[in-house]
Amino acid sequence: MNTLPLTLTVFVACVVEAVEALTIVLAAGLTREWRSTFQGMTVALVVLAAISAALGPALTLIPLGALRLAVGALLAIFGVQWLRKAILRATGHKALHDEAGAYLREVAAAQSAERRSGRGVRDWYAFTLSFKGVLLEGLEVVFIVVTFGSNQGSIWPAVIAAAAAVLVVAGVGIAVRAPLAKVPENAMKFAVGVMLTSFGTFWGAEGAGVRWPGNDAALLVLVPVFLLVALGYVLMLRRAGRPTSHPAGVLSA
Amino acid sequence: MNRLRSAWDFGYDFVVGDDWRGAVVIAAALAVTALLVHLAGVNAWWLLPLGVCAALGWSLRHATADRGRRRA
Repeated sequence: MNTLPLTLTVFVACVVEAVEALTIVLAAGLTREWRSTFQGMTVALVVLAAISAALGPALTLIPLGALRLAVGALLAIFGVQWLRKAILRATGHKALHDEAGAYLREVAAAQSAERRSGRGVRDWYAFTLSFKGVLLEGLEVVFIVVTFGSNQGSIWPAVIAAAAAVLVVAGVGIAVRAPLAKVPENAMKFAVGVMLTSFGTFWGAEGAGVRWPGNDAALLVLVPVFLLVALGYVLMLRRAGRPTSHPAGVLSA
Repeated sequence: MNRLRSAWDFGYDFVVGDDWRGAVVIAAALAVTALLVHLAGVNAWWLLPLGVCAALGWSLRHATADRGRRRA
């Protein structure tokens, strides 16, 4: 019953992170050098795949109760972090994540950096920038994929969703050759925050020994409850006023 | 030592993020839930959702109050 919402959550979470990684890769590739940028990106993807391959089987060795307790706690904490940022941005208390601005900052830094080559890499700055961008943005997705997969008994739906998201973002990025500034990143962050918080709460409480009323059907209540609570916080903060920047979508201002 | 410090900072930032309040309240709610279930025999399914909502509210209140104070 949980496979479709889990798969969609992984897909949307991965799209958000891939859009941010794409901004960095484009800045490195267009201002420095594409070959080194692709090398950095490829090495980062290999490292992420190795972490997934190592973590996935390792997690299956942990008893399910303990795994759900630890994974549930972490997912709920991640979910609250995503929701917190999305709500602060939706109410103008935090600046929007501006892909166009982030791109210009990366371009300025890339243009002023020295060029060093060696060990098969023509430009180490482009390699490192692209490697770090893809690795750091990808780590959270790897964690979500591995934990969702281990709790569901199969990692493949989550892996396919993550791969599909990367392909979609990469395809659009190649087509437009510009950062994807029009993606409704904040609304997507908000949705992922609600789903991570719901699944984290469900699994964490189960790991602590709770029996949910209605078993898996409890998730059908948790998701709308957290959604309504989060939207309620958005409305409360908007009514309280004092925003410092332009509010983002979730509830259109 | 610097590498240990960097690894700690990275792990802290990855797990806890910008505000420790969410992590602390969720960890405490899970611990109390486990105690209620295993020691008192109470099926406290309601506690963690309440804790999560409270954690989010506390963190938001702190973030917005902070900005208000900085501007004043």
